[in-house]
Amino acid sequence: MIQRALGSDHLAGWLFVLPAVVLIGVFGILPIGWALLLSFQHNDLLTAPTWVGVDNYRTLVHDPVFRDSIRRTLVYTALFVPLSVGGAMGVALLLHRPIRFSRFYRTAVFVPVATSTVATGIIFNWLLEPTYGIVNFLLDKVGLGPYGFFQDPDQALYAIVAMTVWGWLGFDVIIYLAALQGIPEDLMEAAQLDGAGRWATFRHVVWPLLSPATLFLIVWSTINALQVFDEIYVTTRGGPLRATTVLVYYLYNQAFELFHAGYAAAAAEVLFLITLVFSVVQLWLGSRRVHYSS
Amino acid sequence: MRTWPFSPRHVVLIPLSALMLLPLVWMLVTSIETLAESRHFPPTLVPSGIHWQNYPDALAAAPFGRFFTNSLIVTLASVAGNLLLCSLAGYAFARLRFFGRDVTFIALLATLMVPFQVTMIPTFLIVQHLGLVNTLGALIAPNLVTPFGIFLLRQFFRTLPVELEEAARIDGCSRLGVLFRVVLPLSMPALATLAIVTFLWTWNDFLWPLIAISSTDKMTVQLGLASFQGAHQTNWTLLMAGNVMALAPMLLVFVVAQRWFVQSLASTGVKG
Repeated sequence: MIQRALGSDHLAGWLFVLPAVVLIGVFGILPIGWALLLSFQHNDLLTAPTWVGVDNYRTLVHDPVFRDSIRRTLVYTALFVPLSVGGAMGVALLLHRPIRFSRFYRTAVFVPVATSTVATGIIFNWLLEPTYGIVNFLLDKVGLGPYGFFQDPDQALYAIVAMTVWGWLGFDVIIYLAALQGIPEDLMEAAQLDGAGRWATFRHVVWPLLSPATLFLIVWSTINALQVFDEIYVTTRGGPLRATTVLVYYLYNQAFELFHAGYAAAAAEVLFLITLVFSVVQLWLGSRRVHYSS
Repeated sequence: MRTWPFSPRHVVLIPLSALMLLPLVWMLVTSIETLAESRHFPPTLVPSGIHWQNYPDALAAAPFGRFFTNSLIVTLASVAGNLLLCSLAGYAFARLRFFGRDVTFIALLATLMVPFQVTMIPTFLIVQHLGLVNTLGALIAPNLVTPFGIFLLRQFFRTLPVELEEAARIDGCSRLGVLFRVVLPLSMPALATLAIVTFLWTWNDFLWPLIAISSTDKMTVQLGLASFQGAHQTNWTLLMAGNVMALAPMLLVFVVAQRWFVQSLASTGVKG
């Protein structure tokens, strides 16, 4: 009896997970191994690949465009993560307690979350258009500019940062608002009864209780920043003068426009390594500082 | 003590809201301007009249209807696939004891550690081998089931009281019956979260369609929009009209169902 019950569990279990295992096996696990294999091959996506050993990696090390793309990716990440996560924390603190027009403010902050990266890029192309764009017009009113934005190699990457912070801020605010909701009201009252001022309450009660959300957002935003692509493809195409050629743009260009798929696969392994190192270090540092309330 | 006529928070929140809404408002305004008005400095802040013509012009310039149909097919198939297949797998991983369960679960979950950008080249080659390049199948097949969805549902199923399922089993209900008649009706919040997140992600996905699709009649909304921009570089009124049409459905759904969207996104974040 027990034997039969267990036996049916084996069969039922495997039948239940079979579609998922097959699909994730083909589209999730197989590509991981294949990506590594590709990085040791010459492959143009069409003809039969040839084995080239570590040649791709050797070329990568000496490729100044690749190294620059990593540098730009890191600069972008170093700006995007603190601006979006820090900004979102501030906005969430302002929005947490209901005031007049709360719902309107929230909707205004959340709406970019539903705006696709492609639409965002096209809109910002128009906002930041150097001659007729409204941003230069508004800046002119306060005596600034005109700026080239996406068309100026010295400004393009920063314009991308501003645009993507606009697009991602709402998601981070949502996470922070949920975390703020989870802070028990009596904790805040207790702090205030003990004579803690606003800053002290924030520093010693709110900040530590938000730390799990902060850690999650830092790790999540870093991963996304290291992989930024859509917005750049739609606005600058990696230009001008490669000023916005970040890592993923570089590897897309190598694989699907120049058909150096093996070489691009090696660049992709570097991306994987960078992502992994960032996540592990952040989680490790975080685990020592984050306060998890049980 | 407080003599402010209103909370000082408004002083920050009003300009912030303006900043967040300006891009979308300016898109709307430009979409009803004439081309001459858009090519004028200083910019025409209030157009002389509502120039609707940009919308039919945009529709004539690119097959937005086709793009929508394609996006809808891909998105609905992905949502349906995830709901069904993640439920089955998530339930098995949560409740059934079978050989190799934990190893399989960890192997599936481990794929989450590798970003799509790292594996997109071999994924393209696999889709090529399957003969799916430049078909909607290429966009659907890899998205039918996600480790994230399996994980989400497994975690939720484990919080349900197992006694209900045992009672149903004793009453002669099959495993599948237990899942569909007992477990899933109790799991609506988790299923809604999975559906919303899958919907948002698939609808707005760009990189994979960019790689997998080449002909206009197979393009999704995002891909179609990008190629539309490529073809009409500086015709801003036309581009903004196209953009409004591409964005409007998602933004409307989002604003109307904002609570659901927000709850879903929040629950995937903090609790994950």
